[in-house]
Amino acid sequence: MNTEPISNLHRVLSRGHFAVTAECGPPRGANGEAVREKGALLKGVVDAVNVTDNQTAIVRMSSISACKHLMDLGLEPVMQMVTRDRNRIALQSDILGAYSLGIKNILCLSGDHQRFGSHPEALNVFDIDSMNLLSTVRTMREQGKDLSGHALDGAPKMFIGAAANPFADPFEYRVIRLAKKIDAGADFIQTQCIYNLDRFKAWMDMAAGEGLTEKVHILAGVTPLKSAPMARYMAQNVAGMDIPEPLLRRMAGVPKKKAAQEGIAICLETLQALREIPGVHGVHIMAIEWENQVKTIVERAGLLPRP
Amino acid sequence: MIVGEQKPVQEILQMVAPHRKFLILGCGTCVKTCFAGGEDEVALLASALRLASRKDGRPVEIEELTVERQCEDAFIAEAAEAVSRNEAVLSLACGAGVQAVARRFPRSPVLPGVNTTFLGVLEHQGLFTEECAGCGDCQLAVFGGVCPFSRCAKKLLNGPCGGSQEGKCEVDPDTECAWHLIIERLSALGRLDQLRAYVPPKNWQTSLSGGPRKLIRKDHVI
Ligand code: SF4
Ligand code: SF4
Repeated sequence: MNTEPISNLHRVLSRGHFAVTAECGPPRGANGEAVREKGALLKGVVDAVNVTDNQTAIVRMSSISACKHLMDLGLEPVMQMVTRDRNRIALQSDILGAYSLGIKNILCLSGDHQRFGSHPEALNVFDIDSMNLLSTVRTMREQGKDLSGHALDGAPKMFIGAAANPFADPFEYRVIRLAKKIDAGADFIQTQCIYNLDRFKAWMDMAAGEGLTEKVHILAGVTPLKSAPMARYMAQNVAGMDIPEPLLRRMAGVPKKKAAQEGIAICLETLQALREIPGVHGVHIMAIEWENQVKTIVERAGLLPRP
Repeated sequence: MIVGEQKPVQEILQMVAPHRKFLILGCGTCVKTCFAGGEDEVALLASALRLASRKDGRPVEIEELTVERQCEDAFIAEAAEAVSRNEAVLSLACGAGVQAVARRFPRSPVLPGVNTTFLGVLEHQGLFTEECAGCGDCQLAVFGGVCPFSRCAKKLLNGPCGGSQEGKCEVDPDTECAWHLIIERLSALGRLDQLRAYVPPKNWQTSLSGGPRKLIRKDHVI
């Protein structure tokens, strides 16, 4: 992968710049304008924009089509793809279609279980898992073949990403899993939102100890906290989310009107600390329904203009 | 064993409503063990239905019978006379048993009184857990004897999802994370490195995905 960059994100990372990505959740409807509005807030601010795939198992505009709306604005998308809703036939077909439209980054995920989504009565698929999906995309890219071994008329040359949650249990196994994802095909990793820096550093140390930080670009995830109740809710209800008590108290300690400001301040401090950790090659800002703050964060972090 | 749970009485009442005289047919094997359809459950359900129908002012005549296994014709045959005496059969067997009875008696309506839920084990008295999805290609050797196809909510093959927390599954805090169990067990066996290997996509052809399955044992065919 040392040849021509596959995508803008790949170019930024391979030249050693500190990458910045953000997230855009498609609307619960056919309103393309909603995607373009969110996209406009991110233009020139980030290197690529993740587009979620029916996130939290709620029916939304498809990731592929929202990616296309962003590309029309001149933004580079990272198409998220979950294995929850499609079998290997549909997944591969959509990867081919996405690449034909010019989508060059993919993030391979298993997806949130439908139990907590808008259609808990749905049948899930999980024909293959995220690791299998990574390997499938790489096989398509490097061997020009689909999973059945059939030669493709046009291989999708995508820059391949995976997610990692440094905070989920069992902790010791998390690094083995990261290593597997890299072996399976991950070029870059976007992590779960980081609030517990000590635990993240411990994970990075373990990863570096295994030589993994040399093999993959790790983009550390951050999410600015909007309010004290939101912070508390996330800490208690979002699986695999680790927000240390002192941070929760800090959010609760400021007047309501100032909470958002405090959240941004915490985010900037975290970002600063993350930049100093060896092996962290970028940041992934997940400002859920708060896209207008991404520019503020990137600007105040001194990360503008983008390379 | 096959684990099932008796349907709510209200649902059963609606199903049997067209019939004034029917047989409740129990099964003495799996569903007896899980308290869904053995002799005792047949008796209890019969009294509940008699009581309810008397209250409604539409009394019914209910006959009770339990055979050893409703998934085997030799045992089903024992019910032939009772079936012929009644308008319909309410079977408390698993779904396979219900169908086997229906096949044997084409002229009798056969209704299911049990929701067949899973292939599982009796973990302790009163607790049954799902442990096998009958995938037709057992991979337990790869996963330290814990099946991710039936016990992981996402059927993950290559390790836990990000939602595994304190050994519990993100989908239900009362359910153990299968991957936590796999890791625990392989660690105890000193074989954690086994999980470093990539597990390729599962071949689902041997599962129900490949169509209904059949087992022919030529050596036993007479
Ligand atoms: S691998 Fe297949 S056969 Fe083995 S326990 Fe799991 S579902 Fe059952
Ligand atoms: S928490 Fe464990 S059992 Fe539940 S879906 Fe994730 S890996 Fe599977």
